[in-house]
Amino acid sequence: MSKTSKTGEESVISIRNLRKSFGDLHVLQGIDLEVKQGENVAVLGRSGTGKSVLIKIVVGLLKPDSGSVIVLGQDVERLTAKEMDAFRQKVGFSFQSSALYDSMSIRENLEFPLVRNIRNLSRADINKAVEKALDDVGLSQTINQMPSELSGGQRKRIGIARTLILNPEIMLYDEPTSGLDPITSIEINNLINEVRERINATSIIITHDLTCAKTTGDRVAMLLDGKFERIGPFDEVFADPDERVRQFYNYNFIN
Amino acid sequence: MFLALADVFAFISRFFRELFLPPYEFKEIIRQCYEVGFRSLLLISTTGFITGMVFTNQSRPSLSEFGATSWLPSLISIAIVRALGPLVTALIAAGKVGSSIGAEIGSMNVTEQIDAMEVSGTNPFKFLVVSRVLATSITVPILTMYTIFVALIGAFLNVSMNEQTSFTSYIQEVFGAISYVDIFASLLKSIVFGFTIGIVGCYKGYNSSKGTEGVGKAANAAVVTSMFLVFIEEMLSLQIVQSFR
Repeated sequence: MSKTSKTGEESVISIRNLRKSFGDLHVLQGIDLEVKQGENVAVLGRSGTGKSVLIKIVVGLLKPDSGSVIVLGQDVERLTAKEMDAFRQKVGFSFQSSALYDSMSIRENLEFPLVRNIRNLSRADINKAVEKALDDVGLSQTINQMPSELSGGQRKRIGIARTLILNPEIMLYDEPTSGLDPITSIEINNLINEVRERINATSIIITHDLTCAKTTGDRVAMLLDGKFERIGPFDEVFADPDERVRQFYNYNFIN
Repeated sequence: MFLALADVFAFISRFFRELFLPPYEFKEIIRQCYEVGFRSLLLISTTGFITGMVFTNQSRPSLSEFGATSWLPSLISIAIVRALGPLVTALIAAGKVGSSIGAEIGSMNVTEQIDAMEVSGTNPFKFLVVSRVLATSITVPILTMYTIFVALIGAFLNVSMNEQTSFTSYIQEVFGAISYVDIFASLLKSIVFGFTIGIVGCYKGYNSSKGTEGVGKAANAAVVTSMFLVFIEEMLSLQIVQSFR
C-alpha cells in the first residue's frame, strides 16, 4: 500500500531549539521540527545520534535539557502526572524491541492499556476491541499465544496493535523495520501507511532504512551532528551532494 | 553514596505514596502472592523440616552432658519461633523470590517493557513495584508461620525417636516456652523481611543498567543486598524485642 497524504495545516507536533545531552555526549543540539495534522515524517540518521531520544522526549519519557516540545497544543514538559496519562492515551509508541509484556498472552498485552485507561468496559467490549485490533494487523490467530512464540515481524505488528487499541491521534515508530527481512519490512511499511489512512494519524518514523522512509514519509528529516540539516521530500533531500547524505543513500540503494 | 541513599529513600517514599492512591491492582497483587507463596512452598517445606530435625540433633549432645535432654522441646521452640523460622524463610525468599523479582523487572527495563507501560498511560510503579512489595510483605509472614510449623514437626520426629516424648507433652513444652510477644515479634519481623526482599528486588530491577549484564547484576544484587539487610534487621529486632520482655 502506498502512502496517501491527507495533511492538514495545523501543526500537531512543534519542536523548537531542542537540546539533550548525556554527560559529555551532546545528542540533540538545537532541533526544530513542525509536523502537520495527518503528516508522516521519517527521521533518518546514524545509530546513536539521538533519533530515539527525540521521540522519547515527545512522549515525555525523557526530559529535554532545553527547548520546547508542544504536542497537540500541550507543553509536554509542564504536564502533571494525571495530564500526562491522558496525553499518552493520544500518542501511540511502537518500540524498536516491540516491548511486548513477556509474562502475558497476546490478549492480555492488548487488554492491558485498554482496561487501565477506559474504566467500566464490559468483557464483551474488551474482547471486541482486542479482536478488532488484532484483525487490523492481520494476526487474529495469535490471540492466545505468548510473545515468545511469535516471529520478529509478528511482534512488531502486535506492538502496533497494542498502541492502536486506544485510537491514538499520533503514532511514534522507533525503528519499525530494524532486524526484519525485506519482505516483512515491506509489510510493516504498508501497515504504517494503513494505520495512517485508517485513523488519519500524525506520525514520526525513526529509521535508518531508506525504503521505509521513502515509502512511509511525506517528508524526511536528516539528523546530522545533532541537528536536522535537511528536511523535505525524500527525492529533494537525497538530491543533495553532501557526502554524508550521499553515503547514507548509496549504502541503502547499493549504488 | 549519599545520592544513592537519597535515591533509595525516594523509591521507598514513592512506594508508600502509590500504595494508598487508586487505582489498585488487586488482581496483580493476588497473582504475585500466589507466585511468591505457592511457588516457594516445596522449598520452604523441605528446608523448614530439615532445619527442625538437624537443629534438634545438634543440640542434643550439649543438653545430654547435663542430663537435660527433656529441655529439648522448649529450647527448640524458642530457637525456631524467635530466630530460625523467620530467618530461614527470609533467606529462602531472598534467594528464590528476590532474585526473580530483580531479574524480571530488570529484563522488563532492558527490553523497554516498563517504558511501554508508561507510554500506554499506565503507572508501571504501581503495577510492578507496589504489587510485588505488598505480595512479599503479606506472604513472607505466612510462609514464616508455615516454616515454624514444619520445623517443629521435624523436631518432634527427632525428639520422639530419641527421647520417646509423646506428641501432647511435646506440644505443651513447645507452647509453654514461648509467649505472645515471641509470636507477635516473629510476625512483625517477617513483615519487615518480606518488605525488604520485595523493595530491594524491585529497586535493583527498576534501576538496572541496560543490557543482559544489567539483568544478571540486578538479580545478584537483589539477593546479596536483601540477605545482608535481613541479618542487620534480625540484629536490630533482637535489641528491640529485648526491651519488651
